[in-house]
Amino acid sequence: MDVLMLSRLQFAVATLFHFLFVPLTLGLSVLVAIMETIYVRTGDEEYRRMAKFWGKLFLINFAIGVVTGITLEFQFGTNWSRYSTYVGDVFGALLAIEATVTFFLESTFIAVWAFGWKKLSPKAHAVAIWLVAIASNLSAYWILTANAWMQHPVGYTIRNGRAEVTDFLAVITQGFAVVTFVHTVSGAYVLAGFFVLAISAWHLLRNQSTSFFSKSFRLAANFALAGALVVMGLGHLSGSEVASAQPAKLAAMESHWETSSNVPMYLLQWPDAQGERNAVQAIPIPGLLSLLAFHDSGATVRGLKDFPGAERPPVFLSWLSFKIMVGAGTLILLVSLLAWLKRGNPIASPGVLRAIILALPLPWIAIEFGWVLAEVGRQPWIVYGVMKTADAVSRLATVQVATSLAGFVTVYGILGFIAISLIVRFARKGPVAE
Amino acid sequence: MLETIWFILWGVLWAAYFMLDGFDLGLGTLLPFLAKDETERRMLYTSMGPFWNGNEVWLLTAGGATFAAFPAAYATMFSAMYTPLMLLLFAIIIRGIAFEYRGKIDDASWRARWDALFVVGSALPMLLLGVAFANIFAGVPIDADGVLQGNLLTFLNPYGLLGGLLFVMLFLVHGAIWGAWRAAGELGSRAGRAAAKLWPVLLVVAVVFLGASWFATPLYKNYFTMPLLWVFPLSAVAGLVLTRVFIAQAAWGKAWAFSALTIVGATFFGVAGLFPNIFPSSLDPAFSKTAFNSASTAPTLGIMLAVALVMVPVVIAYQTWVYRLFSGKITRESPSYE
Repeated sequence: MDVLMLSRLQFAVATLFHFLFVPLTLGLSVLVAIMETIYVRTGDEEYRRMAKFWGKLFLINFAIGVVTGITLEFQFGTNWSRYSTYVGDVFGALLAIEATVTFFLESTFIAVWAFGWKKLSPKAHAVAIWLVAIASNLSAYWILTANAWMQHPVGYTIRNGRAEVTDFLAVITQGFAVVTFVHTVSGAYVLAGFFVLAISAWHLLRNQSTSFFSKSFRLAANFALAGALVVMGLGHLSGSEVASAQPAKLAAMESHWETSSNVPMYLLQWPDAQGERNAVQAIPIPGLLSLLAFHDSGATVRGLKDFPGAERPPVFLSWLSFKIMVGAGTLILLVSLLAWLKRGNPIASPGVLRAIILALPLPWIAIEFGWVLAEVGRQPWIVYGVMKTADAVSRLATVQVATSLAGFVTVYGILGFIAISLIVRFARKGPVAE
Repeated sequence: MLETIWFILWGVLWAAYFMLDGFDLGLGTLLPFLAKDETERRMLYTSMGPFWNGNEVWLLTAGGATFAAFPAAYATMFSAMYTPLMLLLFAIIIRGIAFEYRGKIDDASWRARWDALFVVGSALPMLLLGVAFANIFAGVPIDADGVLQGNLLTFLNPYGLLGGLLFVMLFLVHGAIWGAWRAAGELGSRAGRAAAKLWPVLLVVAVVFLGASWFATPLYKNYFTMPLLWVFPLSAVAGLVLTRVFIAQAAWGKAWAFSALTIVGATFFGVAGLFPNIFPSSLDPAFSKTAFNSASTAPTLGIMLAVALVMVPVVIAYQTWVYRLFSGKITRESPSYE
């Protein structure tokens, strides 16, 4: 493998690993903040214990999310130096603002929250976790704005051999960024909701701390369903954004080869990228792809053959990721709905509780494949239509990148195993009696 | 003008990072030498626990600001120093996790393993940062494309290693003083004695470094064209002397403040001498990345300046508040952080 492929793999490993933990941070920070707010408002001690219990799991997860984020910021310089030089005027500012405005806030106040139970009034303590939640979510906005700019560059011009900002406001307020942000964050809320639902279900099935976990369950059920509805709606909008901004990605994720109008969606499909066709294509729903992409069942959708071979993303992986994401998303919506219907007295429905535990991996699957689709589907571009990934990579020795990649896989593998074991251990232990 | 302002801010961010994370890196390295039992180890972790993460964000911000203000310098610096940077990353990743996880399971061998990783993860960044900055002061063999003509060993030249040693000593003294300031009882006294013993070594290394910089780097050139800049090395020297004075008086808060001044002065000694270079080439000055040939456009620098002028004071305000909130002496009876 060459430096390009190794660097891509390294970035993929680092990002996908980072994103095993980040969505839980985004969602669980809000849930814990809500729990603690209920405690402050009502004085119900059980909500304080909830904030402590879920907060402990939150902290184990938060630590991994933070340290693996540093890697990503530095990798733009280490592995993608030609990219950084070319687009730094636009892209670098977004990362720097993210650090200055949000990383300080979350890293400082997470310590205040973790160490301040006895030092602060209940109200001030609840403010600390709200600041962490707000900062984490705002941080997502900045980094997703940066990613949205790679997907759909706006507000710049090519001058002096690089991309220079012409309209910063357009960069940070473009529709693609807003849609990506809401889609990603609501997905994170679903994930956090499932996390709390599944652990609660596990304890409820064993009749342990039933009041504690019934309350947790109810809160998480509302949270997960609200998130699931938004993530589906925004997923649709996200698809429309892709349809207009990145027609090649749309064609790849639907494995749509010939430009045509009134395009159906096939319930059974299997791409044959070599043969530039679909090996299997059956049970069409007339006009559905045109309708979903352009809100018009007669609309023309460009096919992959419209793009030169060198400008097509890997079809099979884009297609597969999309189908997995949507499939997982559909199941998630069903499970959220079930959980929500049973939220009043979940302990009476052991079947639903078991289904929820089995469904726990679904949000992770949907989110990770969502990222694979977003990034692989953008290839061969690093900045869509502006810069190719192959032109962006640093001039490094293969052995350097091979070594660091091996290092990441090893260190992340071990740390991930430890983090997950700790979370499982404390989740099973349940709330500590006071 | 904006380029010059950002160059100064760039130095300020690095100085703030070294001043803050410096003490927890230094104290982390001293952990096995200062703490004699589990309670004392826990006390030292407690003295850093609420702060280390916020301190480390200054590193992220310094990196992010380099990216935003001087993208070409950021790209060249980070890719040319690929291997040392990766080592730095692994060290701070493992160290951060050790901080958070070592107390999670009540088991001596679990803690001992994390402690070992913590010490290595604390020591390595000091050394790497020192070696990296000394090499930047002296110039790095990068070609016209900003590609390093060398490998990891290129950085391990005598002056680079001397810079590494300087950072290690600066941060060890800084960390020992922090331990003496925050920990009560025998642990605090032990940390104080360590600070007093380490100080002469720091003095020797600092003097040798200042002298070696004359021969190994062009840093002093700016000092002759702009004599006002002498205030930086002089404040570093004054800070170093006053640190010793207050160590002798066991006035640990003051000793820490002057140790911080030493670190900030030393950082600016290098940064001021570097100007306008950010990442100079030792092969040809034309290949150097400077504040002018690598800067972002005026609108980007302007927006970033506005963000920095608003946010950095806010960050300083709430971080100061947090330092005060967790400022009490730590005793053997102090509650441990889970």
